[in-house]
Amino acid sequence: MRLEPVNNPSFGRKLVPPALALSATIVIASLLAMIAGANPFSVLGLIIKGAFGSKFALLETLNRATPLIFTGLAVAVAFRAKFWNIGAEAQLYAGALITVLLGTGALAWPSGLILPVIALIAVFAGAILLLVPALLKTRFGVDEVVTTLLFNFIFLLFISMLLEGPLKDPMGMGWPKSARLIPEARLPRIVDGLRLHWGFALAIISALCVWLIQTRSTLGYEMRAVGLNKQAAGFAGIPVNLVLVKTALLSGGLAALGGFSEVAGLKGSLTLDLSPGFGYTGIIVAMLALLNPLGVVIAALFVAGIFVGADSMSRAADVPTYLADIMQAISLLLMVLAIMLTRFRVVRD
Amino acid sequence: MDTSVVEALTLDAITKRFGTLTANDAVSLSLNEGEVVALLGENGAGKTTLMNILFGQYTADSGTVRVFGKTLPPGNSRAALDAGVGMVHQHFTLADNLTVLENITLGVGSLLSTSAGRSAARDRIKALSQKYHLSVSPDARVGALTVGERQRVEILKALYRDVRILILDEPTAVLTPQETDDLFATLRLAIADGLSVIFISHKLHEVMAISDRVVVLRHGKITGGVRTADTDKHALATLMMGTEATPPKVPQSTPGPALLKLDRVATPDVGNAPGLKSVSLSLHAGQIIGLAGVSGNGQAAIADVVGGLVKPAEGRIERGGSDIDRWTPREAVKSGIARIPEDRQKTGTIADFDLTENAILERYRSAGFSKAGWLNWRSSRAFAEAIINKYDVRCPGPDTPIRLLSGGNMQKLILGRVLEAAPQVILANQPVRGLDVGAVNYVHGQLLEARARGAAILLISEDLDEVMAMSDVIHVIADGQLSPGFGRGSMTPTELGLWMAGQGFENENAHAP
Repeated sequence: MRLEPVNNPSFGRKLVPPALALSATIVIASLLAMIAGANPFSVLGLIIKGAFGSKFALLETLNRATPLIFTGLAVAVAFRAKFWNIGAEAQLYAGALITVLLGTGALAWPSGLILPVIALIAVFAGAILLLVPALLKTRFGVDEVVTTLLFNFIFLLFISMLLEGPLKDPMGMGWPKSARLIPEARLPRIVDGLRLHWGFALAIISALCVWLIQTRSTLGYEMRAVGLNKQAAGFAGIPVNLVLVKTALLSGGLAALGGFSEVAGLKGSLTLDLSPGFGYTGIIVAMLALLNPLGVVIAALFVAGIFVGADSMSRAADVPTYLADIMQAISLLLMVLAIMLTRFRVVRD
Repeated sequence: MDTSVVEALTLDAITKRFGTLTANDAVSLSLNEGEVVALLGENGAGKTTLMNILFGQYTADSGTVRVFGKTLPPGNSRAALDAGVGMVHQHFTLADNLTVLENITLGVGSLLSTSAGRSAARDRIKALSQKYHLSVSPDARVGALTVGERQRVEILKALYRDVRILILDEPTAVLTPQETDDLFATLRLAIADGLSVIFISHKLHEVMAISDRVVVLRHGKITGGVRTADTDKHALATLMMGTEATPPKVPQSTPGPALLKLDRVATPDVGNAPGLKSVSLSLHAGQIIGLAGVSGNGQAAIADVVGGLVKPAEGRIERGGSDIDRWTPREAVKSGIARIPEDRQKTGTIADFDLTENAILERYRSAGFSKAGWLNWRSSRAFAEAIINKYDVRCPGPDTPIRLLSGGNMQKLILGRVLEAAPQVILANQPVRGLDVGAVNYVHGQLLEARARGAAILLISEDLDEVMAMSDVIHVIADGQLSPGFGRGSMTPTELGLWMAGQGFENENAHAP
């Protein structure tokens, strides 16, 4: 057996494999639920209800999708130029760190001023954090997969140190947790009374901007050219290393914006469980989206829906939460496979 | 006719359509055992499609393939291999990081090879290479081999699998004349042993030299079939083109002022490739300077310097009378240097970019195509369309990925891309390698037109005939050194060959300051 690329996939080819992947996930999850002693036929309904079935559920899903859109965009931008940024997790925390550093009283400005300033500095911090691996790569050929991945551990330990030390909230009853943001530094809700903050809108706007940059700007053209064929890009006069550095700055900035959005929009303070691996899940989101920035939004909603829905299902059906984890993993694996099958056909020899 | 003739391969009324394009239109072809049939045709005539159908890469819309009387199931690439059909592609299909032995046994032996199995394979390879004069060490890493050696590995690979029918897709495109002769000698030995060969080529003199029969494919149809003994190069060219193809005439020209000068330029060696050693060269308006030499003697280094990719370690570059300080590809393009790269697929184009995106590759930052960092796709697309029309690039449209184009059409796009900027200096590095007669004449015609317009042209080629036909002045490059310039017609090929072999340079050095 081998895979053969499909040049112009038909509508059916684009639709059928993902639909099959979803169905298979549901079947497997139902079987597992049955083994765990629940009614297998209720699983699908409970997931959908848990992810989209109520206003609360829907908003929960959108909230969950927000950081995934940012990290998904960060990864999609970088991977498009074949710059393998595995460090969106650290860059997200860098944005979060700046948010609590400046937002807990250091700057006492009105919302309209403090929020953009914090957001900009957060973006800057994330960009700088990725600049180091980018320069190591372009100057010395150090593999960015290794550096960005290791940066995650270093940076998380650094945050942990700060939260146990200088950043620790004196009112936090001994928990490793920062002080809370001042009200001016909180991202307001989009609609009063609904638990959805402007971070989600910012994520959508970011996706649109990245899409515009990739399809319309010279920078986006350069990034795609470098990603597809470095040698030809260099021959034509595209400054390959400079483009890689710019890509890294953009990618790091996007992930950091996700950290800002999580802290200022949702959590209000910084803890070590701010991100349950948003940086890594961002890689899956970007791959599901085939690195398309608008696809990232859809993929993030899908992944968030599965997360929220499966969690809710496990509570409602009274099955262990492991089942939700298994389901998330299976659905992502099958979906990655399905997306591949939309672009390749399996030929039997 | 001999009645004992065995039909090795039969293609029966093969038709294949891609959308509105009919790539193969009821193509029938037969090949007898021990026979060499040359398949001749322009780029895009349908040769590659036909071979892909034979190998099950594509499924024909109608028609059948028979090997020794047995019909092959369509769309099954294993079937052709199992039936004893082998193919050597124009672009080699070898794994660089594996040894010759590993490449040859890849896919035939079991995955877990024993050392006894390996030494048996090694003996077999050695025996085959001796028998067919294919000298190559079984334990050499393929990445370290020259192009000629790699091709020997490809042929060994086919012979190792006991192929009875061998398809060679433009096998000589990357070979020196000497290597081509060796290849033909090997083929003749194998043919004497009963191998049947389909030889796909553009090079008419090679077709004349090796084939028994010639089949001509044009626009997807068989337009002619002749016995090689009954035809000549001229007649074949006419059959292939549909019209008589005449190489462009090279009119007299008087050189103008020097537009680009290299003054005692030196560059460091890169791996096995020699750098330049105190090379001085001036390119004058209205003149074609030909650079002859055996592959890998510094041609790449001189092209990199002129094209802006490498700054000389020593010496000066002078453009339009003033010294060059900053020297990058972008500077080179800006200063009016057109660059036709040696490898159109790896360096000239980005395969997954469409024609529009490839057309603006060197100039997307200039005023017409972008403004303040935002691309103007409308004007870019119009530019691509203009090139497609003016330079006769055959393609479905400017939104087609360039990887779907044939080599000749790819080259026409590159040509249009650089010539539309009305360049003063043109660097043409192997501009016609692997192209068919029609495309070759077209490219040469365009270069001559540019010369008439007053451009200075540096033509780098490993094809001595091409250099001699096109150039007003010929320099020979050998081991990074440049010979003095020889005027048109002042040297015989033999004399140039001596320079190419490195003779004559010692004297030059003695007189150098």
